[in-house]
Amino acid sequence: MSAGAGANIVELSGLSVGYRRRGRTTLAVDSLDLAIASGETVAVVGESGSGKTTTANAILGLLPANGQITAGSIRVAGTDITAAGERTLRAIRGTVVGLVPQDPMVGLNPTMRIGGQVAESVRRRGVDKRLVPAEVVEVLERAGLDNPVLRARQYPHELSGGMRQRVLIAIALAGHPRLIVADEPTSALDVTVQRTILDHLGRLVTETGTSLLIITHDLGVAADRADRVIVMQNGRVVERGDPESILLASSDPYTRHLIEVAPALSHSGHVVPRFTEVDPAPEILRLEAVSKDFRLPRTSGGDRVFRALEDVTLSVRAGQTLGLVGESGSGKTTALRIAMGLDKPTSGRVLLDGKDITSAGWSELRPLRRRFQLVHQNPYSSLDPRFSVEESIAEPLVSFRVGNRASRSARVRELLDQVALPVDFRERRPSELSGGQRQRVAIARALALGPELVFLDEPVSALDVSVQDQILGLLTGLQRELGVSYFFISHDLAVVAQLSHEVAVLRRGRVVESGSTAAVFAAPEQEHTRELLGAIPGQRFAAALAAAPRPEGIRSEPDGIPAGSEELRS
Amino acid sequence: MKAQYGLDEPVLTQYFGRLWDALHLDFGMSLTQNVPVSRLVVDRLPSTIVLTLVSVGLFLVFGIGLAYLASYVQWRPARLLLSRLPAVGISLPTFFVGLLLIQLFAFSLGWFPARGTSGWRSVVLPGVTLAIPGSAMLAQVLIKSLGDTWQEPYIVTAKAKGLSRWAIQLRHAFRNGALPALTLLGVLVGHTVTNAVVVETVFSRSGLGQLAQQAVLSQDVPVVQAIIVIAAVIFVAVNLIVDLLYSFLDPRVAHTARVT
Repeated sequence: MSAGAGANIVELSGLSVGYRRRGRTTLAVDSLDLAIASGETVAVVGESGSGKTTTANAILGLLPANGQITAGSIRVAGTDITAAGERTLRAIRGTVVGLVPQDPMVGLNPTMRIGGQVAESVRRRGVDKRLVPAEVVEVLERAGLDNPVLRARQYPHELSGGMRQRVLIAIALAGHPRLIVADEPTSALDVTVQRTILDHLGRLVTETGTSLLIITHDLGVAADRADRVIVMQNGRVVERGDPESILLASSDPYTRHLIEVAPALSHSGHVVPRFTEVDPAPEILRLEAVSKDFRLPRTSGGDRVFRALEDVTLSVRAGQTLGLVGESGSGKTTALRIAMGLDKPTSGRVLLDGKDITSAGWSELRPLRRRFQLVHQNPYSSLDPRFSVEESIAEPLVSFRVGNRASRSARVRELLDQVALPVDFRERRPSELSGGQRQRVAIARALALGPELVFLDEPVSALDVSVQDQILGLLTGLQRELGVSYFFISHDLAVVAQLSHEVAVLRRGRVVESGSTAAVFAAPEQEHTRELLGAIPGQRFAAALAAAPRPEGIRSEPDGIPAGSEELRS
Repeated sequence: MKAQYGLDEPVLTQYFGRLWDALHLDFGMSLTQNVPVSRLVVDRLPSTIVLTLVSVGLFLVFGIGLAYLASYVQWRPARLLLSRLPAVGISLPTFFVGLLLIQLFAFSLGWFPARGTSGWRSVVLPGVTLAIPGSAMLAQVLIKSLGDTWQEPYIVTAKAKGLSRWAIQLRHAFRNGALPALTLLGVLVGHTVTNAVVVETVFSRSGLGQLAQQAVLSQDVPVVQAIIVIAAVIFVAVNLIVDLLYSFLDPRVAHTARVT
């Protein structure tokens, strides 16, 4: 590789990329200028549809078939690849530019051993055949995987999400690239895993002098790691600069909006709970000393039992929210399933409104299900793609035989109004809606029967930050209006702070800390809680922001943001 | 007469007796030819097995080869042509293809015999005839699933490593894309056995299919029974093999959840 192009590894000048659809070309990236110098870390921040992933793909020459560079040029390591053929691009991929893809759960070939997948990258450098296995183990170790010899022999499904992401980092590193493009590298992972992985990636990049391009929707992540931040909206750069000046003195309204809506950034990098006091309302749901064992498949070690929950006591107060926080595998979902009567606890009791429903059978629970409903994590898969919005929302009414056609239709209109969707959305299919709009439909569906309690299973973790903020605002508004209680599950403490009156921290099936959100966040007693709080992105600037004079009006009331405005950007 | 066929015994005794006999490959006497059914079947079985194996081999080669090419080729017209070919293959009736092949390769060119059971040449035309519907169906499913596999995120990972399209197709796309087609494979082999009846008739091969056809026409129930049992056993065996292949091709099946 020649270093003839000076210190810049990537130079995009006036780059425009469009997608052709039905004969029309829509621009995804519009005259973008971007140069990444050797050893530099640059972050591109934007929401879905901002063109940030298109930019990453363009640098690797991985635009989909209908993608087209309409103007400008891309130079990678001195070579113009704007109109380059497959052969030139292949020479660059892996060895000059490496990619850490978005979702580690699907980014690895499920039918191939980890070692083989890493070896493909190692071999790209023309390493001697006999040395490849040793190099594979070495690069896996450098990516921070324990027991790399064993990992190399395993298949992807035997590894956790965090471990898979490390494998993908190893694959990117193995080609000794000069630039690594990390496309939302951790948004599918828990906060604590997210932090260790980003830290590790940052360290590796510094050690090897590699440049790093981070693509993210999270301004906190960007600000914590990058030398320079570029904010994109609708394919255009709206702001660029070093993280300090962007976070502290941004002049651009869109950047300001992104800062405002990010729960971790909006209060000078501190997480500030929305509700400061707990009303001693009666308990609507109570899990009492609940334990749950799962029998593991018979292995060489004989029959074993996995204790998913141990002596867990939780309660949700009427009209308020309990936030249950924990990493994946901590037992959140098991607790939720037991609370909803979908699983039976091994020991302990479940009380709904003081009535013991622990051993209630299907037919006894059925009438009670009107009183509690669920909103799923992923709005992209929780709505039937063949149902119109109206059919989806009316389904609980139909299944409980509530009202007639006319009254149901009226109820759907009322619900759409409550979740701030236009009434003419009734006929739309989920594919015509954005993520935030789908989640609004899912919330409307959960509210259709007028439940007293709604279970929220990570309701915003699949959404962009500003959409997250709108949905959280909607949920608090609905609680105030309807007096509904929430049992809210999340791995993100910053989000929990926005919604919960009380919080319980779950770790390995035990409640390690619980109490009012204000108390737990102000003075966490347990190390694990502190760890979770510390892992929230945006911390690096907590001090800087706190020291600086605080701009006025840094946070507007999220309820005041016009609902449904995410559709403007989608 | 009654004693000869055991009809004087209680029904249950008859039933279990026959079942026991069948387990020992004794299916009784043929009603029309007055020889043991097992002998008839054993005489005819080898030629049908050869025919089936040849045509299964051919349809695997044709089907996989066609799908492999169709998803690899990037030139649009060629790709379109290759991916439309299976639809043609499926819509051609077996007897028609058989007659066509006989006309061309046996009568006009004289390369292969038009009928009979002797020599490897005699199995070529019926083998090809029998393989066409199977390969077409296999190719159709494979083209679709290979196309889907090319859209998977791990293909992007592979591309980003700088691998060639050929390497990606070979190492990443094919094995994953073949999984959905595997279930179909069991069904297709079953179909091939069934279709053998038609093909053996067209090519006048003395196989199990021909025997079945004659037995049905003359209502020779013991023979029909024996053939059905054999077909069922083959069907079950093939599907068992397919299920075992799954664990070989897809590590997620073999390595059951190991909690770490």
